[in-house]
Parts: sequence; C-alpha cells; structure tokens
Amino acid sequence: MIEFRNISKTFKIGNREVNAVNNVSLSIEQGEIFGIIGFSGAGKSTLLRLVNLLENPTSGEIHVKGVNIGSLSQKEVRKLRSGIGMIFQNFNLFGSRTVAGNIAYPLKLAGVPKKEINERVNELLSFVGLTDKAKDFPEQLSGGQKQRVGIARALATSPDILICDEATSALDPDTTGEILRLLKKVNKELGITILLITHEMHVIQEICDRVAVMENGEVIESDSVFNVFTNPTHLTTQRFIQSVQQDRPSATLLEEWRKKGGKHLYRVIFKGEIASDPVLSRVTRKFDVDVNIVYGSVRELQEKLYGNLLVSFVGQEENISSVLSELKQDVTVEEVKVNEG
Amino acid sequence: MKVDWSTFWPRIVESTGETILMVIMTLIFGSILGITIGLLLFVTRTGNILENKIVFTLLNILINIIRPIPFIIFLVAISPLTRAVVGTTIGTWAAIFPMTIAASFGIARVVENNLVSIDSGVIEAAKAMGASPLRIIFTVLIPEALGPLILGLTFVTVSLIDFSAMAGTVGGGGLGHVAMTYGYQRFDGSVMLVTVIILIVLVQIAQWIGNTLSRKIMRR
Repeated sequence: MIEFRNISKTFKIGNREVNAVNNVSLSIEQGEIFGIIGFSGAGKSTLLRLVNLLENPTSGEIHVKGVNIGSLSQKEVRKLRSGIGMIFQNFNLFGSRTVAGNIAYPLKLAGVPKKEINERVNELLSFVGLTDKAKDFPEQLSGGQKQRVGIARALATSPDILICDEATSALDPDTTGEILRLLKKVNKELGITILLITHEMHVIQEICDRVAVMENGEVIESDSVFNVFTNPTHLTTQRFIQSVQQDRPSATLLEEWRKKGGKHLYRVIFKGEIASDPVLSRVTRKFDVDVNIVYGSVRELQEKLYGNLLVSFVGQEENISSVLSELKQDVTVEEVKVNEG
Repeated sequence: MKVDWSTFWPRIVESTGETILMVIMTLIFGSILGITIGLLLFVTRTGNILENKIVFTLLNILINIIRPIPFIIFLVAISPLTRAVVGTTIGTWAAIFPMTIAASFGIARVVENNLVSIDSGVIEAAKAMGASPLRIIFTVLIPEALGPLILGLTFVTVSLIDFSAMAGTVGGGGLGHVAMTYGYQRFDGSVMLVTVIILIVLVQIAQWIGNTLSRKIMRR
C-alpha cells in the first residue's frame, strides 16, 4: 500500500544540514494499522509527511498504491492527497466553519454536488457519533470531539489510507482510548489502511498490528507488535516498552528482597500458547523445587497472551539447574542481576 | 468676523458628504489593492504556499518605502502622478487617488499581520486534502482571518478620516477643507468645533460598524 524505498530527507537550516530521515525502507500492507514510534526529533513526523508529499524526499522512492509518487505532476499530487486522509495532533479544524462545514470542505474541493455532500456529511457525523454537533463551531467542542471531526473530515472523500500525526497526543487518557477505538473501527469496518506516528507506546500496544521504531532518522527495529514487545532488540525499544509495562520492581523493593536472603532472580517470559500451560508448576514439581513469584504480569497483546515474571527458586542447587535447563526448552529464562537497579 | 450659519450649514452637509465619499471610495479601492498585496506578501513568504523570494522582497521594500512617508508630504509628492491619472490635483476625486495608494500599503501590512496569525496547521490540513494554492487563499486564508481583518480595516478607516482632512487642506474638499478655511484661516472657533464634532461622530460610527461586523464573524 505504502512503500518507502531508501528514503532520505535532508533539511537545510542556515548552513547546517539536518538528516531528518535517513535511508528508511518500510512497507505498509493493505488493511493493517502500522505504527511508527520514536522520541521527538526522531524524524517520524517528516516520514509521515512524505506519504502525501507535504514534504519531498531528498532521495529514494515512495510508492503509494503501486504508483511512484515522485513522478506525479502538481495536479496528480492533489489527487493523491485527496485519496489519503490525514489527522493531526492539534486537529487543525477550520475555525471559520461549522463541524458540518469542516467535513464538507474536502468534498467541495473534489467537486461533489451539494446534495451528495449533505448526505455524506450526515453519514460521517453519525459514524463518528457527532450528529447533534453539526452546526457547532470547533471552538465549542472538547478535544476528543474535535478529533472526531478531524477523522470525519479525513474520511469524507473515502480514502484508502489514513495517516495520523500524533492524533492522540493532545488528549487525556480517557479520550485517547475513545479515539483509538474509533480508529480501530475505521480500520475494521471501512478497511482503511492506517499509518500513525506517536511517541506513546500504549497507542502502539492498543491498536497497531506492526510497528517501526525510529531514532535519529533511522528505523532501528520493525516487526509485528507482539514480536517487538516480547523480544525488543534495541535499547530505545526496551525503554518504550518499559513505559507501558514496568517489568521489574523498584530498586528499593529489590534491595529489601536481597537483604532477606534472596540471591538469584530469573525472568521467565511466556509467549502465546505456552502462557496458558502450567509449565512452571510442572517443571518445578518434577525436580522438587519451590518457585516464588517476586514480580510480574500476564497480559494480552494482539489477542495473544504474554507473561513476564520475575521468579526465584528454592531447593537443591543441582535441581534448580535442571529446572532452568528444562524450562528453557519451552520459555525464555534469563537471570536478572539484582543490583542493576 | 462672524459666519453666516444659514449659508454655512449646507456647506457643512456637502463637505461631510465629500469626506464620507473620500473615505468609502478609498476604503473600497484601497482594500482591493491592499488585500491583494497583503495576500501576495503572505503567500510568497519563505516556506509558504507560493514561496517566492523575489516577489516577497520587492513588495516588502516597496511597502517600507511608502509607509513611513507622512501623508501630507506623500500627497504633494505624488501630485504629478495624480494629475496623470485623475486629470487634476484639486477636488475630491483627486484626493481619493493618493489616499488609495497610501491606504493600500497600510492595509497590505494589516492583512499580512492577520494572515501570519493563522495557525499554519490549518493551511497544512487544506493542503493535505488536495487544495490548490488559489483555493487555499480564498477558502482558508480569507475566511479564517476575516474577523480580525475587519477590525484592522476599521482601524484603517479611522485613519482615512484623518487622511481626508489632510487632503482637504491641499484642495481635496471635505470637512478638512472647511475646518482649515473657516477655522484656521478665519479664526472661527465655532466652525472648528462643529467640524471636529462631526469627525468624532464619523469615527464612532465607523468603529461601531467594524466592531459589530467582526463580532458577528468571530461569534463573540
């Protein structure tokens, strides 16, 4: 659906050159929700704006729906843009137009007859649940309602692709959830491919199928959300994941645990089906070892279970070794250094 | 020397009419010209929808040359041009020409300032929806800036009343002319007072219209 091939974008600020995007290759498939996460300045916003040519790449090719968009004329670029909906962190609604007027705007641009515009606007208003706000002006709406208008406006011309620029970053947690559910509905019911950028890992966790992590203009990691969450290879990725799931107790708690005679602490990671199998209990019983769960969680990620437990074992030294080696056949086990803090 | 009020009142009415004509005509022509220049100035800025350094710099310099010239000097300075365009340098229409020129550059700045305050995200949104630069100008820039723009134009209108009085002193007619001939040259304080009161009333009306219109547009 969207394919970045060795894309770079350099900005000239005075005499300085800034590599906002550096040799990025990514492929976003039809029908998926693809998230790009990164800290501010990672280049994700620039990358997003390359999709509808709000920015032009310095080098590389972008293919949207099979077309190399670098070769389009100005008129074709405008056509491309009307086929890609876009929503923004600050909503960017027209303050001089009503809610209905905002949603009607892209339809007017496309030259849709007035009667059809009215029908389509009503349809969209009910899709986003704002039928009673048609005549209100944006300034009278709450943040969540504004973003709903933004979404309705972006969907007006029935695009196949929706790109979201930090669409929930200006919203409170409740409203964020509300908007994320709406985006999921857009994806599921209308089959629209969504490309979003965010700095919030829970957005990725909640709605994305696949994720790319960006840092300094480069994609440092890209995989399914499940794989990235359960097996992050890059430090930055691990930091993002820790922002939504604390995977170790605080240093004070660990210190207390150590003082009470705790020595070896192991992280046991269960993925998918194995999470519902009593493997820990089975193996420890076999070697007559007791298991003590110090910390951890089992959660759902993309409809799969994912368990992350910190445990210690009590029993004979050699039995514990046997437990560890047998456990390693089914799940990921690694020792955690307590004084890591 | 006493003024004969029976012949003087018709004179006042006529002059007030001339002043209003000068101001309204200048406002119409000056707005057309000024809004065009202001829009050009804004869209040709660096990073904007029709970025063009040459056009922007030329316009910017032109505005900065014309605006600081005191109007009464400007009026005299461009009188050869006024004669070439209007055919004379005396009378109401001969005053409207220099007033329009001076006003357009003032209006251009007002327009530019109001456009700059539009959230650039809104322009980006229109662009992302496939709007052409011309479409953006007429369907986004102007409507979004209209409320403050009207307040700006109201401000300009008030200074146009001031301009018209100055134009009057060099043969432009209007209340300024009356005030100068009767009040200044013939030392008649009562005439001066009457013209001043009329000018104040005109300013109040202009401000009231401007406020009402802009309030209606901005809905507050």
